Amino acid sequence: MAEPKAKYDRQLRIWGEHGQAALEKATICLLNCGPTGSETLKNLVLGGVGSITVIDGSKVEPGDLGNNFMVDESCVGQSKAKCVCTFLQELNDAVKAKFIEEYPEALIGSNPSFFSQFTIVVATQLAEDSMIKLDKICREANVLLIFARSYGLTGFVRISVKEHAVIESKPDHFLDDLRLNNPWPELKRFAETIDLNVTDPVAHKHTPYVVILVKIVEEWTKAHSGALPSTRDEKKEFKDLLKAGMYLTSRGINSDLLRIMHDSCSEVESNSSDFWVMVAALKEFIANEGGEEAPLEGSIPDMTSSTELYVSLQKIYQAKAEADFLAIQQRVKSILKRIGRDPDSISKEMIKSFCKNARKLKDEFNNPSVAELQKYLTDEEYSVAMGFYILLRAVDRFAANYNSFPGQFEGEMDEDISRLKTAVVGLLSDLGCNGTTVTEDLINEMCRFGASELHAVAAFIGGIASQEVIKLITKQFVPMNALTEQITTSWDGAVDLLQVKCFITSFKGGIPYIFERYRGWQ
Amino acid sequence: MAESTVHQSRSRDLDKLLLRPGNLVAPTFEPGAQLRDDLQEYARILVVGAGGLGCELLKDLALSGFKNLEVIDMDRIEVTNLNRQFLFRLEDVGKPKAEVAARRVMERVSEYDSDDKPIEETVKPMVDGGTEGFKGHARVIIPGSTPCFECTIWLFPPQVKFPLCTLAETPRTAAHCIEYAHLIKWDEVHSGKTFDPDDPEHMKWVYTEAVKRAELFGIQGVTYSLTQGVVKNIIPAIASTNAIVSAACTLETLKLVSGCSKTLSNYLTYNGVEGLHIKVTEFVKDKDCLVCGPGVLLELDTSVTLQKFIDMLEEHPKLLLSKASVRHQATNLYMQAPQVLEEMTRSNLNLPLFELMGKVPRDIVHVTGTTSRDGKKASCLRKLCLVFKGADAVTDQDMAVGA
Repeated sequence: MAEPKAKYDRQLRIWGEHGQAALEKATICLLNCGPTGSETLKNLVLGGVGSITVIDGSKVEPGDLGNNFMVDESCVGQSKAKCVCTFLQELNDAVKAKFIEEYPEALIGSNPSFFSQFTIVVATQLAEDSMIKLDKICREANVLLIFARSYGLTGFVRISVKEHAVIESKPDHFLDDLRLNNPWPELKRFAETIDLNVTDPVAHKHTPYVVILVKIVEEWTKAHSGALPSTRDEKKEFKDLLKAGMYLTSRGINSDLLRIMHDSCSEVESNSSDFWVMVAALKEFIANEGGEEAPLEGSIPDMTSSTELYVSLQKIYQAKAEADFLAIQQRVKSILKRIGRDPDSISKEMIKSFCKNARKLKDEFNNPSVAELQKYLTDEEYSVAMGFYILLRAVDRFAANYNSFPGQFEGEMDEDISRLKTAVVGLLSDLGCNGTTVTEDLINEMCRFGASELHAVAAFIGGIASQEVIKLITKQFVPMNALTEQITTSWDGAVDLLQVKCFITSFKGGIPYIFERYRGWQ
Repeated sequence: MAESTVHQSRSRDLDKLLLRPGNLVAPTFEPGAQLRDDLQEYARILVVGAGGLGCELLKDLALSGFKNLEVIDMDRIEVTNLNRQFLFRLEDVGKPKAEVAARRVMERVSEYDSDDKPIEETVKPMVDGGTEGFKGHARVIIPGSTPCFECTIWLFPPQVKFPLCTLAETPRTAAHCIEYAHLIKWDEVHSGKTFDPDDPEHMKWVYTEAVKRAELFGIQGVTYSLTQGVVKNIIPAIASTNAIVSAACTLETLKLVSGCSKTLSNYLTYNGVEGLHIKVTEFVKDKDCLVCGPGVLLELDTSVTLQKFIDMLEEHPKLLLSKASVRHQATNLYMQAPQVLEEMTRSNLNLPLFELMGKVPRDIVHVTGTTSRDGKKASCLRKLCLVFKGADAVTDQDMAVGA
């Protein structure tokens, strides 16, 4: 029996043991197990999620054999949910797999409280009216929700979350905070012990650049009454002084972090989330012992240096980071006490992780306006993707009126094309985009697709959906098109459909896919 | 009859795409049942690698209307494959990947078979994909119109290599300690014995030595997992990214073969690290590309022997290619290895190259060998355009194209 750790080695290198633990605790509900849903779950079962519940009321038909890898000829006529569940269980016996033979639309209508038991609901191939109902249910129950739909050569993935705080965003190319612009006493003292004018060339060559920079900044500020180089001329002068292209950022915290700290949620009360409690502690820290700086992360990059100097320097950074962490931990405890909660209810690891990532926190949420929607529709690069976005919604209107999707059956193509055109015009007008339209080519293309669910498109859409699920469950990495989010703050239930934030991409020369996350329906 | 009903409805969804006319399609698109049947009968697809991407690709292709799939992989199944290479189970560990993958796909897709039908020599498009963590790429290579693999070789990230003096004298990071144990200490202690990264005893030895060195220098962070990562240059991999990239590759394959939609032009990058970004870049051919470019022009006397030619390659300032193996069209003129081929082609060395190439005044040969660039030896493939002096009496079309 192989140890489970070995099986997950390649992914543990990405999200670590704590990320894996979060996955293993997660309970996932899948609605509809066609190829889009089956492929989403396959990727999650392989990764070792806690449990899956597959909900589908249909029986396997011969046509399913051509697009779903999880059913074979022996399955025809049997419950699709059961067959898919059996195959998925085979992939990983550590996952608890079960199924319910029922149509999701019926369950949404008859038993909304059913969904509150899950960490996340993955809803695939649902029509718009069911999505709107489910969205409301999951928001009220505080359950994560993700929609995925494949339709011909197009499709979409949507995330619906009330609030999602990502602490470990793990961005690429993030520079270590060396605090060169604002060194603390221990770092200054260390730099002072090193003589840059040593005659031994080997010793000189192995002086870490951090030390050199701290000394030169010190020299500069002494000569400029404590100020850092700020004007262009001063920076040029400073660069000349260094003879190296070194760029100093200004002191203090960045504007993204500032915006989060100024959010009204940071005025915490008894039911505030752990995230906002830590933001409140951070705010106090920055105003007091932090000296207008975020906590130091404590990591330094590798640099040419002797081992001894490098290790000493590393220790100085780590000591400062530990001190900053302890100060924030203290503040978290007293805030928790103040709002009447257990002072130890936020774990040390969580606070440590928060400190290490505080500088990376961002708040990004924009609501596109009618003007933006119109811009996308007429922009050459985005018009195709945006056109499919409109069409993906128009086909649901079509289906509500005619009980089938455009082009689903042979022989009604011409009629369906003109009906779909009418549905598009109606939808655009309801969205407030009068005067814009979707090209004939796209409308024809959508009718050609005829609501088909192609395996490769389903695998693509399902792949993205599963990746987003992992990001949401592990709370690592940034989910699509949202950094640290606080959707609840201005959510009043009356936002109209234009609050949809679209992330649109197009395949140059090919068929585009649309991805979006949105704030809410109607 | 019943058989054909099942057959038709099996391709229920795909038929919409392949049987109906469309406006946003390739000019070559001829929708109809014939197209669907031709995909099954004539299209032969070679999948190189049955790893994370390969497993997905075999499944996606088998469910996208293709029947003739062949897979090449030299590796055997390991436990660490099981989190994403879904065609393998725990009981398969140790078995050849290609064999198990092919069997599992055939189990699920009963109409799959591997008939060997010869097809016309023609342009062979290639679809390539790769992943690392939450990032990946897919691209289409059409010989003659898009850049080839070599044109965009610079897209590969540079390999991390540490200077030996850092490892030996001023280690600062855990990786430095591990590479010291792996690259320096191993050879010092085990003279002549090759380090085998797949032998757990060897790996444990390197780990223990790295820990000792780290303690000596006061460096933190050496773990067994990191040791494996550094020594084997492990690229973290997850199922979801493999699924996305394989699906994109399969869609492009289907579009290329059937013309049912316009193909990707020509390089797609996927990045799920920070949000979700998909970008398509249209790379252009490198006109100096040594693989798909016109080739390095060499003028030769008709009397030059193959041996003399191989010697010339080593001294040619633009090539500096040693230990060359030479191919002309589909024929191996001389192969340095394996031994069997070397023995078979050795007698060619003393013959004039002009004769070996069928006495044409001008033609392309491909040579492989080793070059040294920046003091490092690397194997390489070069395209050469040979012109024989005094043999160009006839100007043929080939010349106009080659120039």
